[in-house]
Amino acid sequence: MSKELLPGLALQKVDERIMTLNVGPQHPGSGHMRIIVQIDGDFIVACDPDPGYVHRGEEKMAEYRNYITNIPHLERPVIHDSCNVLYPYVLGVEEILGIEVPERAKYVRVIASELNRCIYTMYWLAIYGIFLGHSTMFMWPAGDRELLIDLMEKMTGARVTHAHFVPGGVRNDLPANFEDVCLRQVNYFEKRIKEYAAVFYDNPILIARTKDTGVLSRQDAIRLGTTGSVLRASGVDYDLRKKEPYDVYDELDVHTNVMKEGDSYARSKVPWLDMMESCNIIRQALQKMPKSGSVRVKLKPNPKGKVFDTVYKRVESGRGSLGCYIVSDAKPEPYRVKLSVGSFRNLIALPYLLKGEKLGNMPSVYWSLNYWPVEADR
Amino acid sequence: MSSDSENEQIETTLEEKPVSAKTSPAPAKEIELPKFEKGIADKIVEKFGPKVKVAFVKPDRVGINVGKEDVTEVAEFLRDVLNFDHAESVSGVDYPNDKEIEVVYHLGSYTDSTLARQILVLATRAQREENPIPGNDATKLPSLREIFYSVEFHEREVFEMLGVYFQGHPDNRRLLLPEDWADLPPLRKDFAIKGR
Amino acid sequence: MIKDLITPQNANVFVGKLGDILEKAIDKPLGYAINWGRIWSLWPVHIETACCSVEFGAASSPRYDVERFGIIEAFGSLRQCDLIVVQGTITRKMAPRLRLVYDQMPEPKYVIAMGACAITGGLYFDSYNVLPGIDGVLPVDVYVPGCPPRPETLIQGCMLLQEKIKRMKARKYV
Repeated sequence: MSKELLPGLALQKVDERIMTLNVGPQHPGSGHMRIIVQIDGDFIVACDPDPGYVHRGEEKMAEYRNYITNIPHLERPVIHDSCNVLYPYVLGVEEILGIEVPERAKYVRVIASELNRCIYTMYWLAIYGIFLGHSTMFMWPAGDRELLIDLMEKMTGARVTHAHFVPGGVRNDLPANFEDVCLRQVNYFEKRIKEYAAVFYDNPILIARTKDTGVLSRQDAIRLGTTGSVLRASGVDYDLRKKEPYDVYDELDVHTNVMKEGDSYARSKVPWLDMMESCNIIRQALQKMPKSGSVRVKLKPNPKGKVFDTVYKRVESGRGSLGCYIVSDAKPEPYRVKLSVGSFRNLIALPYLLKGEKLGNMPSVYWSLNYWPVEADR
Repeated sequence: MSSDSENEQIETTLEEKPVSAKTSPAPAKEIELPKFEKGIADKIVEKFGPKVKVAFVKPDRVGINVGKEDVTEVAEFLRDVLNFDHAESVSGVDYPNDKEIEVVYHLGSYTDSTLARQILVLATRAQREENPIPGNDATKLPSLREIFYSVEFHEREVFEMLGVYFQGHPDNRRLLLPEDWADLPPLRKDFAIKGR
Repeated sequence: MIKDLITPQNANVFVGKLGDILEKAIDKPLGYAINWGRIWSLWPVHIETACCSVEFGAASSPRYDVERFGIIEAFGSLRQCDLIVVQGTITRKMAPRLRLVYDQMPEPKYVIAMGACAITGGLYFDSYNVLPGIDGVLPVDVYVPGCPPRPETLIQGCMLLQEKIKRMKARKYV
């Protein structure tokens, strides 16, 4: 594309004109990864993402720890979405050990998971503001997410790393008076994020920087196997909370937000719409939740898996479908744990989207993929 | 530990489980299989016969084992006829006792709404070498990248983590590990981590 | 007479000595002023290494607002920075890059090790790809424990660093 665009500008031949540029790992527009781009003038000719700067070997270490001590480990990939990243593992272990979860625990899980999704998305939105040079867009979401962090702190005792979900339920019951506080905070939160439309999504600068950049068509979104908001922004109606309801999502009314455009603007708007949906789900769950009852089935210490069993469980996390593949043998430790994470699956779209794009659009396209490098590297 | 009565309850439920686990490896005939999933498994068996072995049929999950010679053919059938259009995850599992490394593809479908809940678990096995030289030994499998484009990075990850070379993959480079990694592929069972 | 002592050969030595005398004479007031300036404008490099960057980001959010303590938000260009906050796990792939970033920063420069992973390896003490702490890579000034540390803890760590700078000799870097 670029070859035709700049026919006579440079004196060199085309091959000599192409420059290789390392973006990251120390770069405000890269996060914890390196993106190697080849540019011809302003246009990106090729792009090669180089993740792995936070590869900590979670999957290997999970083979040395038992089913319960794995919990704090497997939430570390996304500490601000720690309930969701732990969810498929906990569901899988429950299936392996054959545990029935109390009804109230399921609702507590749904509430915690939706609150976490909002916390994750607000952080993501704040960093998107940094990437676009929009200071208000950093300050507002970063400040408003503290409201929900307060709620999670009340519920679990920790700001970000909760380790709240355990096989058999959740660690603690809700604190006294939590329902009222939660309802009030969530209502305020929803009112607050509705104001974002005027400042961000109708902002001509943001529209100019994100509209029609990095367009991913519906066919390509399916072919590349993308997931989550990237997929839904390209017009595919696929949300695991609706398509494969886990825990009590089948009793709640979940609406999926789909946009047709498939550009960075749509990819940045879908998570915002999802947050409002999360508020709806939390309100429904608070209403339908059994008012009392057990929230945890106590396990035998050091539970052992079946002789040979494989489980693949998946949930909808803040970044899309998050699968956990567990192979168990008759030991207290799992034989193999594999996390199939949304970030890693969406990464494949990056070289594809950046081809022919301007270098200045790289940060906005990259972060709109809803990518969290720590999770992708595991 | 605090409440003994609850513990006892769980112990009883847990001890019942291995009994059913013992019966399940031989394809469970007594237990009623979910109908839709059974239909998918039957279609595959009908087409390929003895080449394909149905590993398990669970709610929403169908597992099939295929030899590495037939995996491309089976994958093409899954994509073109059964409408599985993307791979969610590719996991490698090391079985040193069988001298094999298993590569598991979890396939899903976005286009076919009846398959939205389904995951097809396609497993194939490669020979395992005692002293691996990643890329230059017999641990090789045909790549499915031409059939499912989405496996590109996943297969690169399996290559560096277990040393399975994917023939036909355009880009079998290192992805997550440091550039100077000279040890065994880390997810093999004979690679021990510090102090273990 | 002094004119006779100074020859083109030893002029440099003479000027250098004069500088030493001057420095010694005004070290105390000048050093205090220089350190005072350094304390209230710490510029951290924008380098994230692992998940502690979430709490680092929260520390510059409106609720915690580290800027009121003279620590300015993370900045892109490392040539203008004098503080590096190592935000969590350092993997074997990241360690050479971290040192490269540190080497390019101008003197004086300070290091804060944030999180258990940066101090000892933390949860990942037995991982095959994680360094057991960054002491072998960078000279650390302040350790901030926690997994991850709360933003308040990070702010306290920064204030400890400011105390430390106050007592440092400014002359070393002038």
